Parts: sequence; C-alpha cells; structure tokens
Amino acid sequence: MRERTRPVNRWLVTATQVALAVAFLAGWELGVRAGKIDSFFFSSPSQIGATIGNWWHQGYIVKDVLITMWETVLGLIIGGIVGIVLGIVLASNRFLGAVFEPLLVLLNSIPRVTLVPLFILWFGFSLLSKVVSAVVLVLFVVFFATYAGIKDVDPTLVANVRVMGAKRMDVVRHVLVPSALTWIFASLRSAVGFALIGAVVAEYFGASAGVGYRIQYSEAQLNTSGVFGGLAILMVLVTFVDTFIRWVQRRVLVWKPVEL
Amino acid sequence: MRDVELDIEPQRFVALVGPSGCGKSTTLSLIAGLDAPTAGTVSVRGRPVDGITDSAGFLFQRDALLPWKSVRDNVLLPLQLRGVRGSEANARAAEWIGRVGLRGFEASYPHQLSGGMRKRVSLAQTLVYDPQILLMDEPFSALDVQTRNLMEAELLGLWQGSGKTVIFVTHDLEEAIALADEVVVMTAGPARVKARYDVTLARPRDIENVRLDPRFTELYSKMWNDLRDEVLESYARANAAG
Repeated sequence: MRERTRPVNRWLVTATQVALAVAFLAGWELGVRAGKIDSFFFSSPSQIGATIGNWWHQGYIVKDVLITMWETVLGLIIGGIVGIVLGIVLASNRFLGAVFEPLLVLLNSIPRVTLVPLFILWFGFSLLSKVVSAVVLVLFVVFFATYAGIKDVDPTLVANVRVMGAKRMDVVRHVLVPSALTWIFASLRSAVGFALIGAVVAEYFGASAGVGYRIQYSEAQLNTSGVFGGLAILMVLVTFVDTFIRWVQRRVLVWKPVEL
Repeated sequence: MRDVELDIEPQRFVALVGPSGCGKSTTLSLIAGLDAPTAGTVSVRGRPVDGITDSAGFLFQRDALLPWKSVRDNVLLPLQLRGVRGSEANARAAEWIGRVGLRGFEASYPHQLSGGMRKRVSLAQTLVYDPQILLMDEPFSALDVQTRNLMEAELLGLWQGSGKTVIFVTHDLEEAIALADEVVVMTAGPARVKARYDVTLARPRDIENVRLDPRFTELYSKMWNDLRDEVLESYARANAAG
C-alpha cells in the first residue's frame, strides 16, 4: 500500500518558483548596480531586456525565432519519424535488430557537435544543414525509446492477440506501437531540447539568421547581453514546444491510469 | 515435460491439476500453437498443430486486455482480426458485453474496471469469436474468493450447452472438481499424467452448493491422495534448489 501523502499545493509551488526567479534576477541586477558584478562579463537583466526590446523593434526576433523554430520542428518531425520507424522495424524483427542495434549504439557515441561543421560543408549555409544536425540528435533519442518501449511489451498481450488471430502486422499495429507510445512521447519531450540544440549549434557554426546566429554574432562583438538575450529566447521556445507536446500526449494517451 | 499423453474428448470440460511449474501452462500453449513441442506432436480435431490453432480461445491468468482499447474495442478486436466487420461485428460485441453483464461499460478503459470486471471482458473477448476449444490458464486465480465463485458460476452458465471443449488449468483441486467433467492430475516435473478421474456430479451444477455434496468430498479425498505426493515432491525439490 502506498503511504498517505498530502497533495502538493500547486499555488505554493508556483509562488515559490516565481519568488526564486525574481530573487535571482533581482540579486543579479542589484549586484551589477552595486558594482559587485562586472556587467561587461555578466550583463544584467535590465540590459538583456533592453537588448531583446531592441531586437524586437528591429524585427529580428520574429524572423530569428521563426527560422529556428522551423529548423527545430523539421528536425523533430523527420528525426522522430525515422527514429520511430527504425525502432519498430529493429525491435520487431530479431535478425535486423541483432545486426543494426549495436551499430546504432556505436553511431550514437559520436559527439554530434563535431559533425556539424561537416554538415555545413556538405549542405551549405542553408536550412538543410541545420535540419540534418537536428535530425542526427533527435533520431537516436526517439529510436532508443521506441526500441525499448517495444521490447518492454508484456508478452501476455502479444500471446493473447496471436491466439485471437493476429498476423505479424496486426501485432505491430494493435500491441507494439500503442505500448511503445508512452515511451515515444517521453522521448519526444527530451527530443525537443535536442532538436533545438542541433539547429542552434548549426546556426552558430554558419548561418545568416536564427537565434543561434544572433548568439554567435553577439559573442563575436563581446556583447554578453546579446548572448543571454538569445538564450532567454531559446528557453521560451522550448517551454512553448514542450507544452504543445504535453497537450498532444494527454489526448493520445487517454487510456493511461495516471495523469501525465 | 516428458511423455505426456493426453487425449481430450470434444465438448468435455477437463481440468488439469498439478503442482506449480509442472507444465500445465505449457500444455495449453502447445495446444494453442503459441509454442512448438521440441519432440512429439499435438493434434487438435485430428489435425497436427502447425501455427496458431484457429479454433482455440485462450484465457490467461494475467490481465491480457489491451489497456489502450476500450471495452468495446477490446471485444471487437478478435472479430476485426478474423475479418468480421461493420454492423455484424458491432452487434456480436454488444451481445457478448451484455452477456457478461457489462452493458453500460462499453466506453470504459480496462484500468477503470475491477479485476472481476476485467476478467468478464476477457471472457467476452474470447467467446465473441466462438472458438470450439477454450484454453484457460488459472484464469480466476488472481481474484478474491467471492468474485472467483461468481466467475466460476458464470463460466459454467456460458459453457453449458455450448458444445465447447474446455481445458482448464488450475492448482486448486476444489475448483477443478466443481467445474469439470474430468480431472487430470499431473506429476511434478517432468510432467506426466498421473491419474484421470471422472467427475460424476450432475449438471447443471450450482457452484455454491456442489462443494457440500458428499460425492464431492469423496472425489476430493481420492484425488488429493494423488496430488499430495506430487505437491510434496515439488515442494521438497523447490526447497532443495532454493
């Protein structure tokens, strides 16, 4: 039996989170104003805000965010589909699984960031190099989750539908995929972060627009406010996409006994 | 398992009893075609089993409903898999959900139901495609005693006059005698058939009262003599191994 626990007060949680954020930003700002923190190296919340406001007026933000979002979403979709399909195929065919799963583990151990300059060399400064570098990060996260999710399927469920007359594809469709969906969604949420990292790092190495480019450009000018401003925008972006995925998740996984 | 020789006559309700881990469940898997024997043959209705046995339905000990499908979709699934679609499938599923007493729960998901209700859904899911042979692997052993008695009575009600063959695996001798026409006692591994008993109690049976019948007690003590040796043997082995 589970121990009796009192539910956490949601308002208290939110209030504490806001208070911590305010305290952190206020401490930072006051530290800079009091001369204890060097604003050249660490900027300050007000300067970062001013930089973001400036970008907004110049029309950079909408443009940069749209470009980075587009690269991220494309990387997420392509990497997600490839990862899910590979996961299903390799987990439901033992021979292919035995051949390719170790290979994917090996490939996954490559630090992807080091490949980004190659992608730029191969695919140019275009959209493609950003999407590819997002894909190679997302792909593995989603693949391993799908693979594990299918391997984790309760064998009784498979036996049950087989006796009822399920062919191989029926088992995949009615048992393996739905069972793996919980894992796939959990992985998609971390994949969002990876897709964004892929896109932004590629922008950082070579681009003419996008949030990553904006950060790199600010850095080149030793503009720390610009670097932090770009990071702040990225945080908002991730939160936004993550909220969207959780919304979809709640609708797809209605059969789950617990609130997600 | 070794040297298991077992003929089961059609339309009979046969219970297999034996110590845990003696190969009762394996016997069912072999008949269903879920596993292939390493040696020997299994035939169903005169034909060797090669792949899944079409005419068999299987009720598992563990929950085997698909948790992501509603009651209705779980009961519809075997029909879809067998090519029955549309209004005929819907009508048959609705009929069986009604027969197991779950009308009104069609849209519920398994996690919203009690253990007994989930078993009823499983029963409807198995019976909806009208298999000639029902393989049941300790189907009620995870239920509480009251629910279990209800389910046993319900099973007998559904089976009576259906012309189906039932092979019911259990480790509970009382359950075996109360339900079956014939009880097969198996030995502790390697599994063999130790003895077979006809249960001559009249049908239809009243699950509640049949246990009070003097003939029930008589059969019980006879079979228990056989079974006890096997249980003790398997217990001693488990202890030696542990």
